[in-house]
Amino acid sequence: MDEEIDTRKINNSFLRDHNYATEADIISTVEFNPTGELLATGDKGGRVVVFQREQESKNQPHRRGEYNVYSTFQSHEPEFDYLKSLEIEEKINKIRWLPQQNAAYFLLSTNDKTVKLWKISERDKRPEGYNLKDEDGRIRDPTTITALRVPVLQPMDLMVEATPRRVFSNAHTYHINSISVSNDYETYMSTDDLRINLWNLEITNQSFNIVDIKPANMEELTEVITAAEFHPNQCNTFIYSSSKGSIRLCDMRASALCDNHSKFFEEPEDPSNRSFFSEIISSISDVKFSHSGRYLMTRDYLTVKVWDLNMESKPLETYQVHDYLRSKLCSLYENDCIFDKFECVWNGSDSVIMTGSYNNFFRMFDRNTKRDVTLEASRENSKPRAILKPRKVCVGGKRRKDEISVDSLDFSKKILHTAWHPSENIIAVAATNNLYIFQDKVN
Amino acid sequence: MRKRGSRPIIMPVHRRRKGREKSNMYSKGTKRKFFDGVDNKAVAASYSLQRQSLLDMSLLKLQLCHMLAEPNLCRSVLIANTVRQIQEEMTHDGSWQVVTEALGGSGHGPSDSLVDTEVLCQSPEQQDGGPKLYSVMGYDGCREEEVVTDKALCSVVVGDRAPALLLGTIGHCWDRGELRVEDGVSKDSGTGDEEETRSGEGAKMATGQVFGMFEIKNGAPGSDPALEELFSDVDASYYDLDTMLTGMQSAPKMGPYDFLDSLASSHGPVSNSSCRADLNELDHIMEIIVGS
Repeated sequence: MDEEIDTRKINNSFLRDHNYATEADIISTVEFNPTGELLATGDKGGRVVVFQREQESKNQPHRRGEYNVYSTFQSHEPEFDYLKSLEIEEKINKIRWLPQQNAAYFLLSTNDKTVKLWKISERDKRPEGYNLKDEDGRIRDPTTITALRVPVLQPMDLMVEATPRRVFSNAHTYHINSISVSNDYETYMSTDDLRINLWNLEITNQSFNIVDIKPANMEELTEVITAAEFHPNQCNTFIYSSSKGSIRLCDMRASALCDNHSKFFEEPEDPSNRSFFSEIISSISDVKFSHSGRYLMTRDYLTVKVWDLNMESKPLETYQVHDYLRSKLCSLYENDCIFDKFECVWNGSDSVIMTGSYNNFFRMFDRNTKRDVTLEASRENSKPRAILKPRKVCVGGKRRKDEISVDSLDFSKKILHTAWHPSENIIAVAATNNLYIFQDKVN
Repeated sequence: MRKRGSRPIIMPVHRRRKGREKSNMYSKGTKRKFFDGVDNKAVAASYSLQRQSLLDMSLLKLQLCHMLAEPNLCRSVLIANTVRQIQEEMTHDGSWQVVTEALGGSGHGPSDSLVDTEVLCQSPEQQDGGPKLYSVMGYDGCREEEVVTDKALCSVVVGDRAPALLLGTIGHCWDRGELRVEDGVSKDSGTGDEEETRSGEGAKMATGQVFGMFEIKNGAPGSDPALEELFSDVDASYYDLDTMLTGMQSAPKMGPYDFLDSLASSHGPVSNSSCRADLNELDHIMEIIVGS
């Protein structure tokens, strides 16, 4: 594992490449494809924007492969469910790429109710020289045709088209919060608040329910599913997290309905820290397997925890993201910020983890050196290609010059969605309606 | 509020000794704990107040659930669990049916079950999503509750069953996504407990109803005739709140199934309000027909 290379300068060397201002809408999901060549973002308006990394060229070495817009398409439209008299939001909740198997790219995108499989393909050649129609497409008079010719493929301007190949709908009563593609590349699962369904990528009119935590009597509902993910290497294993701060690992070989977990990860509550908000802040907002499959990471309101799959009793590591908010929980409950769902990501070698916070801050934790850094994604505080300066929040007492006090934090500027390139130190950070891409400085 | 000081202060007898021991107690700045009856009462009272305001805030959040197109189930579950937690503690204290200031029947103050952090603060700090000031006074003592939203002001007159009434109206926020129509809500088994006070009973029923289909069943034996009157009072306010917040004349977001349900139920407040809405419309139409 290239740990030495990766841990080299995670603190100070991130440069800001571009600021893609998608002014129109708030970004709701960000995801790199398995090679890192493409970066997809979904927004609240149901659109997907795909960026492609430029090929590195020797002529311009300082442009080390920047991301440019590759394709934009409307994935989901707002719908109205007439039966229940409810509007279905078109906001894209999650995007997951499929591994590339041919020249085209495939991704799954989902809103609250429907998952769609999109094919993104390039067209750079066009057949010319038809017999029955001329170049404008008009039908030729057959009597004028004296000789036959074979159409030839001629180059044309690159056109990227996105077509919906499958629509997986009508399987979820509650809001879909996660999708995850299995290692077998044939199936994927979609998760809502109470149920997890397994789909075959080819079959849209049928899905299998594999987890159902809906109580017979809805009055007894006290726990919901918040996120789920397939194991990266074992297609039979998946995990799901709950609003009570627990993670369940299930093996699909054990039974068709995986209501009984194989492993149950939960940290015992710290009695000295208990308050009325304990349960809310323990609710897990995101869960991710490490690339190796040995660890899993969970994000709750104040911390990120790394768990060893072999130890269910407590996490391996706990990192405080913004512990200074612990004394502000009441206000955060009042303005609903306490329900914000932050995501967390691993870097390619599983040595660094990253998650977002408020005031457009995001945090990185190096698991080996135990160092952490707070960075900011904002136009005002960084210029393109400038090295990001670490930020610090001042908790009490005297505030130093560059520090920000807790009370000045802007809670409307939250970084919920981030992504890390699968092999390089390139990160994408979504700050409301802006996308920031940072790269590690290469000397 | 029990904080862990730097010194283990155990024996009350220390207080009675003069000189060194006494100064040792104070020299490190550790607060006196637990022996001083006056301090404890004040602290517990403020804790009770804070807890009450948290309860009120939570109930209001749940009530406003139904305003949205489709409530966020996770958020609603977490808020409801918080309400349940507070309720359990208050019931345990005995302060559920008593005026707020009581320390509770059992010997220990409410602080024993939970460590009070400064968390239960009342003043709203960051109001980013548009100002919604909930200045709510306690249910138990006062009989009045004001909900102040941006420019609207409506007052609700509630009695001891306040939690029940409010939570009853949010019952349908869970099952908005569900098509099934139930005949009635099955009550929590706890409501059968005779020893519970009326308000305790009401709250338990209410929490139970939070997740069930929205239909308030008044078929329980021994239901208070005054209850219906209270319900009708809440009706008006519920309706008014709806109107103010959504600017619509009739109850918003009422799908066809909800409407049918509410028609079937004779006592639910929504049925009253939707009938009222209907009547208003009917009146309006009649006016047009007759007037012109």
